[in-house]
Amino acid sequence: MITKKDLDKIKAATLTENYLDDSREGIRVTVGMATCGIAAGAKPLFRLLKEGTADLEKVEVKMVGCIGSCRLEPMIEVYEGSKRTTYVFMTPEKCQKVLDEHIKGGKVVTEYTIGAADKENASSITEMSYFKSQKRIVLRNCGTIDPENIDEYIARGGYEALDKVLTSMSKEDVVNTLLSSGLRGRGGAGFPTGLKWKFTMAEADQKYVVCNADEGDPGAFMNRSVLEGDPHALLEAMAIAGYTIGATIGYIYIRAEYPLAVERLKIAIKQAEDKGLLGKNIMGSGVDFTIELRLGAGAFVCGEETALIASIEGERGEPRPKPPFPSQSGVFGKPTVINNVGTFANIPQIIVKGVDWFKSTGTEKSSGTKVFALGGKISNPGLVEVPMGTTLRDIIYNMGGGIPNGKKFKAAQTGGPSGGCIPVDHIDTPIDYDSLAEIGTMMGSGGLIIMDEDNCMVDIARYFLDFTVDESCGKCVPCRIGTKRMLEILERITTSKGKADDISKLKELGKNIKLTALCGLGQTAPNPVLSTIRYFEQEYETHIKEHKCPAGSCQAMIAYFIEAEKCIGCGLCARKCPVDAISGEKKQPHKIDRSKCIKCGACMEACPVDAIYKR
Amino acid sequence: MSDKAKYDELQSFIDEMKNEKGPLMPVMQKAQDIFGYLPFDVQKFIALGLDVPLTEVYGVATFYSQFNLEKQGEHSLSLCLGTACYVKGAQTLLDRLEQELKVKTGDTTKDGKFTLIGTRCLGCCGLAPVMMIDDDVYGQVKADEIPEILKKY
Amino acid sequence: MAKMVSLTIDGINVEVEEGTSVLKAAKDIGIMIPTLCYLNGVNSFGGCRICVVDAGAKSLLASCTLPAAEGMVIKTNTKEVQEARRMNMELILSNHDRSCLTCDRNGKCELQDTAFQMNVDEIRFDGKDTKHKLDLSSPAMVRDPNKCILCRRCVAACGRVQDIGVIGPTERGFRTIVEPAFKMSLGDVACINCGQCLQACPTGAITIVDDTKKVWDAIADPNKHVVVQTAPAVRAALGEEFGLPIGTCVTGKMATALKRLGFDRVFDTDFAADLTIMEEGTEFIGRLQNNGVLPMITSCSPGWIKFMEHNYHDFLPNMSSCKSPQQMMGSVIKNYYAPKMNIPRENIVSVSVMPCSAKKFEAGRPEFGDDVDVVITTQELGRMIRMAGIDFERLPDSDFDPLLGDSTGAAVIFGVTGGVMEAALRTVYEVLTKETLEQIEFESIRGMEGLKEATVKINDLDVKIAVAHGTANARKLLDSIRSGEKEYHFIEIMACPGGCINGGGQPLVDSEIKLKTNVVKQRAKALYSEDRGKALRKSHENPSVQQVYKDWLGEPGGHKSHEFLHTKYVERDLY
Repeated sequence: MITKKDLDKIKAATLTENYLDDSREGIRVTVGMATCGIAAGAKPLFRLLKEGTADLEKVEVKMVGCIGSCRLEPMIEVYEGSKRTTYVFMTPEKCQKVLDEHIKGGKVVTEYTIGAADKENASSITEMSYFKSQKRIVLRNCGTIDPENIDEYIARGGYEALDKVLTSMSKEDVVNTLLSSGLRGRGGAGFPTGLKWKFTMAEADQKYVVCNADEGDPGAFMNRSVLEGDPHALLEAMAIAGYTIGATIGYIYIRAEYPLAVERLKIAIKQAEDKGLLGKNIMGSGVDFTIELRLGAGAFVCGEETALIASIEGERGEPRPKPPFPSQSGVFGKPTVINNVGTFANIPQIIVKGVDWFKSTGTEKSSGTKVFALGGKISNPGLVEVPMGTTLRDIIYNMGGGIPNGKKFKAAQTGGPSGGCIPVDHIDTPIDYDSLAEIGTMMGSGGLIIMDEDNCMVDIARYFLDFTVDESCGKCVPCRIGTKRMLEILERITTSKGKADDISKLKELGKNIKLTALCGLGQTAPNPVLSTIRYFEQEYETHIKEHKCPAGSCQAMIAYFIEAEKCIGCGLCARKCPVDAISGEKKQPHKIDRSKCIKCGACMEACPVDAIYKR
Repeated sequence: MSDKAKYDELQSFIDEMKNEKGPLMPVMQKAQDIFGYLPFDVQKFIALGLDVPLTEVYGVATFYSQFNLEKQGEHSLSLCLGTACYVKGAQTLLDRLEQELKVKTGDTTKDGKFTLIGTRCLGCCGLAPVMMIDDDVYGQVKADEIPEILKKY
Repeated sequence: MAKMVSLTIDGINVEVEEGTSVLKAAKDIGIMIPTLCYLNGVNSFGGCRICVVDAGAKSLLASCTLPAAEGMVIKTNTKEVQEARRMNMELILSNHDRSCLTCDRNGKCELQDTAFQMNVDEIRFDGKDTKHKLDLSSPAMVRDPNKCILCRRCVAACGRVQDIGVIGPTERGFRTIVEPAFKMSLGDVACINCGQCLQACPTGAITIVDDTKKVWDAIADPNKHVVVQTAPAVRAALGEEFGLPIGTCVTGKMATALKRLGFDRVFDTDFAADLTIMEEGTEFIGRLQNNGVLPMITSCSPGWIKFMEHNYHDFLPNMSSCKSPQQMMGSVIKNYYAPKMNIPRENIVSVSVMPCSAKKFEAGRPEFGDDVDVVITTQELGRMIRMAGIDFERLPDSDFDPLLGDSTGAAVIFGVTGGVMEAALRTVYEVLTKETLEQIEFESIRGMEGLKEATVKINDLDVKIAVAHGTANARKLLDSIRSGEKEYHFIEIMACPGGCINGGGQPLVDSEIKLKTNVVKQRAKALYSEDRGKALRKSHENPSVQQVYKDWLGEPGGHKSHEFLHTKYVERDLY
């Protein structure tokens, strides 16, 4: 039976032995091994470093989660004393050099550091301008601890919250703490977490805690990073929830498209069980709580809580009417608390550091931070964690590095297929639950896609609706048939077949679907369309009335041309063309046969004199 | 593994899960792991083993994208169609792939080598656009690179 | 005492038990909110979004799945609600085969009714309409997925109510289709033809196979001698086809109508029901006295037979070897009546009118030959009467034709759950005790309880009996016997909940009426009244039946009986 004293001992030992704090006596080398890192080639680097340091004393090589900047992967970090150096764009050769010159030789290889790559006077990621303004609470351990070693989590204060709850807090105390903290659900709807747990307190013979790790929003990978980088934060929070509402079983419903996260969770659960931090009689408190994994199978709708519950029960993931809410009737008909990974990840720290600490970040009605997954036309794609209330401008330009290739910002999309867009006019909107709702979008789970002048907003709306139509469960009429009809209209508009009353039809349909669909997926499905119509109606009109796509994006409405005056007849385009649509004599202006052209754009990329354009 | 061995393995798993609540999804996922896909015989086996109507098993199999009812190609080629990748031109890549492999998305090439899948966000948005062949992840893919990449398999 | 809650609907206060749906609460105060996918006692799905109401939430909620709560303020008829319902209706219609004029449900379709109620006068959002093939593989039912509105009422009837589950939702989203697994047809899967799906369907997506043309052809053929028999449950419901109140017994008018349609002989299946009791009673007594296989299980429900053959064929030895009344009658007509009247067999056309869709399958079983040539259901008889322009309500009463037209009260109650058992007991009791049965009506096995059991003292023996109706209850009963938990001597099983009066071929009843009326109970009352009104109420007292034994069969359970009135069943795979 493990006690707080044991945790303290482990903490002290690990801090020292794994060189986890600034007074370290040795060197700690970490390799970013979340999915992105591994995709970029981190595994061979890890092996290289492990082998290369095998007979060195006072050097620990550890794998960690996402260090914080996807486009710079593979990344490794070297911690020496209080100095931290972040190396980017690593290859086996570069890694060898770092091993020889820095780890063994004590000299930083400056040209490989993050400062050199991004032209800032810094050697670690924490000093970079785009990182400094972030406040990493949920991501605090990501990229610094080994997710497959529970001791490192304990060394960072892990499981202290669980101990505090089990030994000195009543169930009501926990609920009140959460209520006062103002923590709201990070899955997107923003429901007060304390209230949700409070509603699940009524007596029952069996209750459940469920973690929604389905993260289906395309472009969102906040949860994945926590699961791959700091899984114990989730386990600890779920155990706290189990104690508070009186549940003995927890389910983590995780999408199957996250195999690495699944693996790391399995390891974490086993390690927690082995230490007596999960399972029977946790820490001698008499509280039982076990966690099981359930995998999704490719259905976005299973991110909706009642569909998720149906899926756990072995059924088609079709949402159920609410009321009754999961608090009264959830998994197998029993009271259930179901929260997002992001929500859970905040809880241990709120317990340990207190309500005032949490409320000191963020806004009055949206306390704490939010993790966003920046993607699309942005220089620094990746995760950023910012206090609620940070403006979109800040996120895009300070942390995101602005729009690449000198292009103009056009709109940002939040909330994935359930959200809307934020145009230039609202770029100074503070990002919090209520402000976003006012301008016609929603927080969503955190996906933040940036679009530039080359993106067509009508096409983006069509893209999202296409997604929704494919993922609709088919149970209720407005979503099953309504969204399909909306998509048909958008498909016509983006292929030059728009009709005069299309916009009003889209608005009518959209309004009805929002009003009568059975679940959140349907109720929010029209948002991308309604939002883009609200802010970009002109673009729709141009498509419909003039049969033109101003952004030059809708395939059926654009054509590629070779400007004869600029063309030098080099023939590169013709060679690149996969369908032989370009013809021309050597040194003579070439021509594109539009009946063959598949508009792939390969010719435009290949042309050395920018003679090819699309209109 | 022989067919009998495969069915035996599935049976053991069914026996383990039978008394758990909500066993159907995990059993079907295990069956797909073992057999690679879920044809009639396997679904019938599951239906009888868990004492649920075949209709229910099939209803679940056809609801979730990840369950395959048909034999898959030797290599699974997934192109991410998540927002970040889409915004960076993934549709063009998909068109190109369909052209090169001469299949529609979702189908397997005639020689059984590749199954082309347009997949949901893989979560590597920083490397958009992203393509996966089996466990190999290719980031920042350009249309021209496709023939080269395919040649590797 | 259940907790009561009080809420306001359209400004009117109403008090209901906690947990009651707002839909039902509204019905209590005379507000019939339009529905499509809701079916009382079968399906509460919340999918069509037609029954939506304003409950003060940010979106409208479906009243069929909204539990009434204290202090709720509901508005069922605001402009917003009306427009929302209408648009959802338009969406449904935009994806529906709208060839109503040639559809079997023309004029009696819930989709038509609801569109009419909502004053839909245009379909603004036309687009792609999914196209599917017809399923004509079953002898009893036709499936047309183009008319399906995905309400899932049939899925609930087959899966939840009957616990069989051969049809269900497949695929996802717009591509969803309700059909058997792997795109098999009904004829390929373990469908028992009970037609509960048909009874639940609001549109023409599942309809009864129409065999009336064969009957018209036979009647029109001067060379054919067309004989018709009518099942007990038909007379309790046929009137509904002509607007008569539910539960009106129309025996006399039915006989008259059949004569006017041109049948050469109008006989009564009830006669054969009495005959069945003679045979089955004898068989049961035989097993009791000679250590035969017990419990014995009745065999007149062809839906139950096929269900047993697929799922419980370990009970084959328990089945009574008696044919059903329909088949016994068919056999008597072809093998006794025809020669007696000097009519060559090939000139006799034996038609039956049944409440049961599975009878169409039964008549086609190879072992039954041509004993019954055509089966039409109550619905189809209604069609024939309408087509002939007969004003049913004004018909005078008449009797069935003699020879095979007489029946006792015991025969009439065959159409209700518990009726066969009761009829059998009335005879078995008197034969074994040689005393008159005073208490003719066995209350303990009447009623709509799914599983009923009783003990009847006959001489020194406590005869344990059980009655189950609906295959879900049959499963429970048989599982309890398989596990050794329960033991009985005699069991009656009917595939349809309520018995034959709720068969797949009975007149269709609008879901709105099913919300207000217990249709099955009303129809049952009609048969119980007719039983009480009869002079003879025990099968063995039927003089016409006694005559047939004297004339032809010899004695019950004898050699001739076994040749013409008994049969065997088979094992069938589930898949």
